[in-house]
Amino acid sequence: MAYPTNLKYTKDHEWIALAGEKGKVGITDYAQAQLGDVVYVELPEVGAKLKQGQSFGTIESVKAVSELYSPVTGEVVEVNSALKDKPETVNKDPHGSWMIVIRMTNAGETDGLLDATQYEKVIT
Amino acid sequence: MEQAAAAPLKKTPLNARHRASGAKMVSFGGWDMPVEYSGIVAEHMAVRERAGLFDVSHMGEIEIAGKDALAAVQRISSNDARKLQVGQAQYSGLLTPRGTFVDDLLVYCLAPAHFLLVVNAGNIPKDYAWIAEHIKNVGDAVAVDASSRYALLAIQGPKALEVLQPLTGIDLAGMKYYWFAHGEVASVRATVSRTGYTGEDGFEVFVPPQSADRVWQAILESGTSAEVIPCGLGARDTLRLEASMRLHGNDIDDTTTALEADLGWIVGWKKDDFIGAAALREQKASGVTRKIVGFEMVDRGIARHGYDAYVGETKCGLVTSGTQTPFLKKAIGMAYVPIEHTAIGKEFDVDIRGRRTRARIVPMPFYKRSK
Repeated sequence: MAYPTNLKYTKDHEWIALAGEKGKVGITDYAQAQLGDVVYVELPEVGAKLKQGQSFGTIESVKAVSELYSPVTGEVVEVNSALKDKPETVNKDPHGSWMIVIRMTNAGETDGLLDATQYEKVIT
Repeated sequence: MEQAAAAPLKKTPLNARHRASGAKMVSFGGWDMPVEYSGIVAEHMAVRERAGLFDVSHMGEIEIAGKDALAAVQRISSNDARKLQVGQAQYSGLLTPRGTFVDDLLVYCLAPAHFLLVVNAGNIPKDYAWIAEHIKNVGDAVAVDASSRYALLAIQGPKALEVLQPLTGIDLAGMKYYWFAHGEVASVRATVSRTGYTGEDGFEVFVPPQSADRVWQAILESGTSAEVIPCGLGARDTLRLEASMRLHGNDIDDTTTALEADLGWIVGWKKDDFIGAAALREQKASGVTRKIVGFEMVDRGIARHGYDAYVGETKCGLVTSGTQTPFLKKAIGMAYVPIEHTAIGKEFDVDIRGRRTRARIVPMPFYKRSK
């Protein structure tokens, strides 16, 4: 799968779609393929404060549990609760299945994120 | 999914086939095994609805032969092998003197003085040493680790019979559950048993390792119209858990007795002495203080192996297996809890990474196929 160039990525295999002071966060195609069939997603409450690299939830496949890590520092302003009932959409459409929206409080952090080309090098 | 640190992983004769087919591989019990081909959920559903093919060549085969082979088997195996006719198999336990599990196994009666024991992959050297040590004074009986002489394939699911039958002269429809026969499969010398670890009808096929790939391919080809797919250990685990079959190393080990594991039915109570008999008879008389139960989650969450169970604020037990099952679409599991808390419908909490999550005891098996 090609990695969308409008997204930024982390070495922990999250993506973030930046729009002004907000960022929409999900996991990459590589991450979902490694996990296998996703059966459970646990997400934070709106209002949760996150630091860059901090766990904001868990994702479980049939076999394994993995942490979800925030690509940036900020406050959770929206949560995609539809994933609770349809966790398998993370497998089908990883780059469309956003999990949280964060209002960023440290704009400088985004400079350290990976672009699509850099991320593809991480996973190959 | 951590890799074993020291010894190189062992490979089944189908290893190259798995890798060439793009299976996701993991380390399991010292073996490099496929965990999934097309996905655990798809493979699980294929076995429930059609059929799936598994490479279980990592399983061990230990043969016991000699004039006193039956006495030797009776000594080390908890179930009563006198009940076996030639061509019949039984589930049993290899128990310690405390009545706990060295391993669980299938005992096949090949001939009146010749038995085949199928044991778990990670336990082969331990089991063989245990058996050899404990049968040496029985008389004329010798144990041989014959694992390298067998590849083992499992075709499991409601369509297993119609897929396998065209490849063999053995009358599969006439074969009863837990019986076996010798013959050929895809023109390869084979032993076929009506056994499995999925809760479905199905067969396990013992073939020489050098012919394993040929038989694997032949079964997949025969299963084309039935949409048979290759399956990995991931689906094998979710299937056996739905069927409430114990997994050694998870649900049973050398700290859990056969009675605590609710496996009293594999103990030959009418037998003479065998390893573990005295302890189990005493425990049966005095009553167990804890027992394995099946549960499903009431709250959202998935309980997994090693999570603690609580009643109120008291830590009282341990989850030994747990997953979100693809067919029942529920989070289920098995746990050891105090005997006074084992009634169907009772509830307890599981500590899921710091969060107390409610579970309810339900009857096992979770899944039972319609006959």
